[in-house]
Amino acid sequence: MNKPIRTISVFCLVLFLALMANATYLQYVQAGELNDNPRNRRIIEAAYSRERGAILVGRETIAESRPVDDRYKFQRVYTQPFKYAPITGAFTYFTQTGLERSQNSVLSGDDERLFVTQLVDLAGNASPKGGSVQLTIDPAAQTAAWEGLQALGAGTEGAVVAIEPSTGKILAMASSPSYDPNLLASHDFAAVIEEQKRLEADEREPLVNRAIRTTLPPGSTFKLVTAAAAIENGLYTTADAMVPGGASYQLPESDSVIDNGGRDCGTRRIPFTQALENSCNTSFLAIADELGAEKMHAQAEAFGFNSVYLDDLPLQAESRYPAGMDRPQTALSGIGQFEVAATPLQMAMVAAGIANGGIVMKPYLVDEVTSPELDVLDKTEPRELSKAVEPATAAELTRMMVNTVNEGTATNAQIPGIAVAGKTGTAESAEDRPPYAWFVAFAPALDPEVAVAVLVEASANPQPEIGGNLLGAPIAKSVMEAVLR
Amino acid sequence: MTQQQGALMGFVHRRRRGAELFLLVLALAVGVGAYAAVGLGVQGEVPAGIVGYGGWLAALIVAAHIVVRIVAPYADPVLLPVVAALNGLGLAVIHRLDLAYENIPDKQHDFAQQQLTWMSLGVVLFILTLIVLRDHRTLQRFTYTAGLGAILLLLLPLLPGLGTTVNGARIWISLGPFSFQPGEVAKVLLVVAFAGYLVVHRDALALAGRRLLFIDLPRGRDLGPILAMWLVSLGVLVFQRDLGSSLLFFGLFLVMLYVATERPGWLLVGSLLFAAGAFLGYLQFSHVRTRVDIWLDPMRYFDDTPGSGQLVESMFGMGWGGLVGRGFGGGQPQRIPYAESDFIIGAIGEELGLTGVIAVVLLYGIIVERALRAALVCRDGFGKLLAVGLGSVFALQVFVVIGGVTRLIPLTGLTTPFLSYGGSSLVANWVIVALLLRISDQARRPVPALDGDDADVETTQVIKL
Repeated sequence: MNKPIRTISVFCLVLFLALMANATYLQYVQAGELNDNPRNRRIIEAAYSRERGAILVGRETIAESRPVDDRYKFQRVYTQPFKYAPITGAFTYFTQTGLERSQNSVLSGDDERLFVTQLVDLAGNASPKGGSVQLTIDPAAQTAAWEGLQALGAGTEGAVVAIEPSTGKILAMASSPSYDPNLLASHDFAAVIEEQKRLEADEREPLVNRAIRTTLPPGSTFKLVTAAAAIENGLYTTADAMVPGGASYQLPESDSVIDNGGRDCGTRRIPFTQALENSCNTSFLAIADELGAEKMHAQAEAFGFNSVYLDDLPLQAESRYPAGMDRPQTALSGIGQFEVAATPLQMAMVAAGIANGGIVMKPYLVDEVTSPELDVLDKTEPRELSKAVEPATAAELTRMMVNTVNEGTATNAQIPGIAVAGKTGTAESAEDRPPYAWFVAFAPALDPEVAVAVLVEASANPQPEIGGNLLGAPIAKSVMEAVLR
Repeated sequence: MTQQQGALMGFVHRRRRGAELFLLVLALAVGVGAYAAVGLGVQGEVPAGIVGYGGWLAALIVAAHIVVRIVAPYADPVLLPVVAALNGLGLAVIHRLDLAYENIPDKQHDFAQQQLTWMSLGVVLFILTLIVLRDHRTLQRFTYTAGLGAILLLLLPLLPGLGTTVNGARIWISLGPFSFQPGEVAKVLLVVAFAGYLVVHRDALALAGRRLLFIDLPRGRDLGPILAMWLVSLGVLVFQRDLGSSLLFFGLFLVMLYVATERPGWLLVGSLLFAAGAFLGYLQFSHVRTRVDIWLDPMRYFDDTPGSGQLVESMFGMGWGGLVGRGFGGGQPQRIPYAESDFIIGAIGEELGLTGVIAVVLLYGIIVERALRAALVCRDGFGKLLAVGLGSVFALQVFVVIGGVTRLIPLTGLTTPFLSYGGSSLVANWVIVALLLRISDQARRPVPALDGDDADVETTQVIKL
């Protein structure tokens, strides 16, 4: 009977090898997939009860984990909830948003840059601690941006983005209306679900970070891109060049006639700078038509349209400049209409690109990643995103933008003693919606330290004329002042 | 080295009792160490009762060792330590689960205490078996008694008023405060019955028959017993809804039949019958279908009842445990329903990691290997079959339950030998180990040159050298 016993032995060996191979597959190969499963409460609870790293702005802590006496051990606390919610997002039992999501590996302590900390925690049998994230945000600028939006009324829908042109550092990013992430981070899960439902049902979309997720036609602020394309392509090379003007413009291949809303745009030819100062639709419709769809498209993309470039926050919307438009569409795109749509971040990058001599820097929010002991583990190096225009082109554009603030449509952005470059925009999106205001600017004009874009979609105090100069410029001004001070 | 003069084989097994004692100390270190680690990991301190607990465990193990030394001096030295280590580890894991269950309202949390009581009973039965059963061949006399007993035990849970249905399976009987799984004892009796029957009828089963396409097919009339066993298995499946035991009994019978007759044809016939039974079961019984569906796509049935929640939680736990595990107290094995019994491997995988799981599987592998080795060296057919049967029961049970928990095969409810909480299983497995030790003692003992008391003969021979 020994032969079959040996056969059975081999059979048993195969069974046990199969068990071991399968266990290895389950616990090693498949483990990552299992850990990522949204149903896996172990991972969620473990992450939820960890001492997460802090999110820092300057010397202020805007999000931190404080020890509490319940089963989850730590409570996430947002010290300035509404002002920073669009950036920080919320760390909830169910999900994470904003930086809490994009920087989760650092904050939770799983990031490989925290390897030494992990080793020490492991050796000391301590529960792992998360690293901290230092933001590029300038707290004064952020406050100015947020309070500027709030000054228009508590229900104001809008966003402000400020960028340091030479590096791409995001100095301010505010979105209104906002929400209180503390309510979502609560350990009272029934209340969290209630609050989440309420926020999702709110028509004003407080959970949406408008600075990076709302795309709207940029209106007259897009004339900067059109102007850049004109100079860059040698069509009109200086601020003094004579560009088409006139009180009205007959759209090619169309019956539509577009005017300038009563602003002085001459009769036939006017200086380029006057066209920008007075935001002459007729001029820029004509220029865009003369340039053609391809050159306009190339210039828009050189500023960052049709691409995603912000790594530090999830869900960045792509700004849009469609390809292959016909003549009337191309002409309309020259004044930021038709299907052109931009986020406030994108328009801030247009301003920043011009301010930085034509080089658009890649925007970023996370300046440094630090260990729990605040030793710097990683510092973000500024990177060039694209070259939008030549330095000479940028200089001409700057000149025209300064004139626009000094004598044109953007006078509310003037700062005494500092040359400010700016451009307004006002656009109507739909019949039943109030028009919305754009404003982009940078200062000081000759050595720019800050570029800013403001979007006000709807104000709680509706005004008959919601204009970039009226609503946007004062906010932009106070943000720039906060940075320059 | 004792060398036997005039022995046909120039080789005689050594007793190796010292080695067994040494391994037992290691096994005890595993059990007590794991218990201490649970206290440290969960409560942050070495449990206060560790001396009493460790002492009791040591007393049980030493008692077993002394008895083996006296009544089965040539028994395999590895089996008892491996079993002691597994049992000790199981106790620690169950204790760890108890500590977690304490925080859950209305949840029983004295499993470890009960398990220790059952282990003590198991060791007592182990000792009694070794003392009473001085020669395993005695069991051959009880072939039909054992068979009848096994069938009666299997039928017990079906009696109204006695049997209880737990989680859909009617495999329990309760007598007052005690509940008992007769299938576990029936398992041992079945092996005895099969071994006794097959050793007598093996020639008829092996030699008669015709050859068809290179395979020797058995005679029609010899198919009787295998068909009967197939029906018993199906009966267990149909009336008790116990997929695991059904699979175990049939697999066991098939293996023993094959070993007894040395004819692979039986394996073919058996496999076909198994396939037919499995297919019929799948078509006819929703609980079988549910298990297969869950096996194929566990995530899909996560929220269903009966669903895959238990399996998926166990997989999550094992995945989270990774290579080295979370450590005792670092995981959440209480998320797995019945983690203390069928799913104890999930709890081990979560807190001791893949390392722990592989170690456990290897320990089981050693038990099976030692059993089959005893079968190989055993000199009588009945002993061979008994050892093969007991070893195979072990291998199959471990494969079915661990394979089910780790989603290698569809999940069927069986206990994990020596680890899982469960009195009947633990006691039955201790008896199995006693039987294996008895067979290996017989097998390894030097062939007596004269008929006399073995130990004395050997001693004199040693002196002669």
